[in-house]
Amino acid sequence: MAKTMYEKIWDTHFVHQEEGQAPLMYVDRHLMHEVTSPQAFEGLKIAGRPIRNTHSILATLDHCVPTKLADRINLPDPIGAKQVKTMMDNCEEHGLVLYDMESKNNGIIHVVVPEHGFVHPGMTTVCGDSHTATHGAFGALAFGIGTSEVEHVMATQCLPQSKSKTMLVKVDGQLSKFSTAKDIALAIIGEIGTAGGNGFVIEYAGEAITALSMQGRMTLCNMAIESGARAGLVAPDQKTYDFLEGKEFAPKGEQWDQALAYWKSLPSDEGAEYDLVIELRAEDIAPQVTWGTSPEQVVPVDKTVPAPSDFELEGKQIACKSALDYMGLTPGTKMTDIPVDFVFLGSCTNSRIEDFRAAAEVAKGTKVPANVTAIAVPGSYQVKEQAEQEGLDKIFTAAGWEWREPGCSMCLAMNGDQLKPGERCASTSNRNFEGRQGKGGRTHLVSPAMAAATAAAGRFVDIRELTN
Amino acid sequence: MEKYTKHTSVAALMNRSNVDTDQIIAKQFLKKVERTGFGVHLFHDWRYLEDGVTPNPDFELNNPKFEGAKVLVAGDNFGCGSSREHAPWAIDDYGFNTVISTSFADIFYNNCFKNGILPIVVDADTLKALMAEIESNEGVSFTVDLENQTVSTPGGIEVKFEIDGFRKNNLLNGLDDIGLTLKQTDKITSYETKHKEKFPWLWAS
Repeated sequence: MAKTMYEKIWDTHFVHQEEGQAPLMYVDRHLMHEVTSPQAFEGLKIAGRPIRNTHSILATLDHCVPTKLADRINLPDPIGAKQVKTMMDNCEEHGLVLYDMESKNNGIIHVVVPEHGFVHPGMTTVCGDSHTATHGAFGALAFGIGTSEVEHVMATQCLPQSKSKTMLVKVDGQLSKFSTAKDIALAIIGEIGTAGGNGFVIEYAGEAITALSMQGRMTLCNMAIESGARAGLVAPDQKTYDFLEGKEFAPKGEQWDQALAYWKSLPSDEGAEYDLVIELRAEDIAPQVTWGTSPEQVVPVDKTVPAPSDFELEGKQIACKSALDYMGLTPGTKMTDIPVDFVFLGSCTNSRIEDFRAAAEVAKGTKVPANVTAIAVPGSYQVKEQAEQEGLDKIFTAAGWEWREPGCSMCLAMNGDQLKPGERCASTSNRNFEGRQGKGGRTHLVSPAMAAATAAAGRFVDIRELTN
Repeated sequence: MEKYTKHTSVAALMNRSNVDTDQIIAKQFLKKVERTGFGVHLFHDWRYLEDGVTPNPDFELNNPKFEGAKVLVAGDNFGCGSSREHAPWAIDDYGFNTVISTSFADIFYNNCFKNGILPIVVDADTLKALMAEIESNEGVSFTVDLENQTVSTPGGIEVKFEIDGFRKNNLLNGLDDIGLTLKQTDKITSYETKHKEKFPWLWAS
C-alpha cells in the first residue's frame, strides 16, 4: 500500500504495543535547553533512573541567556543564573554534549542542531520545545514534548504515542521575490487557523516548497506548531543531502551511502492518501503581517485592519474585538499606516544567515528613526561570525540597529530583552500572543525583509513598492 | 500521581478561545527549577492589576462564585502555543483537575495526563450549554465521572465524552507512565539492536 512519509517514519520507529497501552515510539534524537529540562533531571534522580542513551542528546543554553556581552559573563538575573547553572551541572553529571555560553557552537537549539547535522531525514526527534517542528525541514519527524516526556525519553528512549492524522499542504506555483517561507507559513495559518492542524502531522509539498532553501524550509516547518500541528515535514531531496554532507554529526564514508539510500526511500509514495489536503497558489501569497494576538490574525501587508463584523463565527468576532483592544488598533486602518516602536530580527524562526542577508539587503543605506529601536540577534555564534565575515553587522549598525549576541531573546522575552507596555514591535519571531514580548507589548509577525523595511520607515511597509 | 476519581466540583467559566500557554503561565515564571508553586502565577497578567499582586476584579476567575473550582470550562483551542509543562503544573497547583473545551492544543493535552488533569473535549453546542449554565447560576457544580466518561450538571445536561482507553486507565489508577514503559525494557532492547543494525550511522560519533 502507498504510504506517506509520516507513516514510513512511524512504522520504522514502532517498538511495541502492550494491550491497553499506547504504541511505544523509539526516539532517535533528544534536544534540550535549560527551561524545560531541570524538573526532568530531578525526576530521574528521585526515581534513581539512569539516562538510557546519552548519545542521543544535544543540549544548549538559549532561552535565558542575555544578548548583551557584559551580561553573559555575570547573569543579572539570579533565578535565570540558577537555571543555567543547573543545566550545566546536569549535563556534566550525565556526560551530555552542551553548547554553553562560552562555546563557539552556542545558539538557539533549533539553529545549532542543523548547523552540526545532528538531525537527519527519517529520524524521530523530540525536545521540550514546541518549535522542534523546525527539523521537519529535513524530513525528520520532530515535535515538542512536555517536561514529563523529556524525563520519559531520557529514561526509556521511547514515548507512548498515538498516531496522528495526515494533512498535505500543497503550494504550487512560484513565490514572488518579495515573499518568503515566513509568508507561506503565515498564509497557511491564516487559511486553516491556529487550531486547524490539531491532531495532524502536516506534509508541505509542491513547487514553491521544493524551491525553498533548507533554511526556508526550517522557517516553514518551525511554524507548523502555530497551526496546531504535531509536526511539519518536507520530503528530503538533493538540497537536504548537500546541506548535511560533511557536517559534524552527518554520516561519513560508507555509512553516508547507506544513509543516502535510506533517505531516498522516505518521500511519500505516489498515490499515498492523506486525511486532508489543502492547496494554495504561491503567486497569491503577498508579504504578510499579523494584526492581532494570534498568528491566524494575519493579512497581506497592503490590506487593512479587519473589523469583528468581517468574521462569520461568533468566537472569531469576540477574538477580533479583544485583539483590537489589546493591540490598540482601529478597523479599516491601513497596515502600512501603523507605526512601530521596536523591530526584532531573530528567533528560531528567522535568525539564520539567509534571514540576515535578506534583511541587510533592505537595511543597507537606511536609517532607523530616533524613536525606533531595532535589534538584530543572530541564532547562533556560527551565524554571527558568518554575518560579520560578510560585513552584515556593519550594514545593520550603520543603519542604527543594535548587533547582539545569540539567543532566543525577544521571541519570548525571558532574558531581559523585552517591550514596555504599549510598545509596538515588528518581529520575525513566531508568536504574537498577548504579552509574549513583554507585558502589554504589541507584536506583529513579519519576514526579515519586511522587518528591515519597517525599521527604516518606522511603520509597516509594503516591500513590493520599495524597488519602484 | 494521584488517582483521578469521580467528583462533583464548582465549575469556573473562561469564555475565551485560543487561551495560550503564555497566558496560562507567563515567561517570567519559567526560570524555576522546581515543579511546584506555580498556582499563584496562573494567568498572572490577566489575574492581577498593574502591581502584580492585587487581584483584578474584572478577571473571570477572580469572581467569588468560582472559589474552590476544580472544573474549568473554556473556549476553543485551549493551551495552544509553547510546550511548557509549567502550564498544567500551574493549573493543577491552582486547584483545577478538569478542563472542558471544544479542542485542546496537542502538547498541552498530553501534558495534562502526566499531571492528573483530565482534559475533556465536547462539541460546540454542548460547550455553549455548559457555559450558559455556569453564567446563569451563582456557583454551579458539575459531576465528572471518568469511569463512565460523563459530565453531568444540576441543570440536567448529561455529556458522554471520548478518551483513549490507556489514558483513562492511567488516570484512574494514578499510574506512572515511565514505570509502565520500563516494564517493556526487553522489547526496547531488542528493537534497539535491530535499529542499530539497520541505521548504524545513528550511533556513530
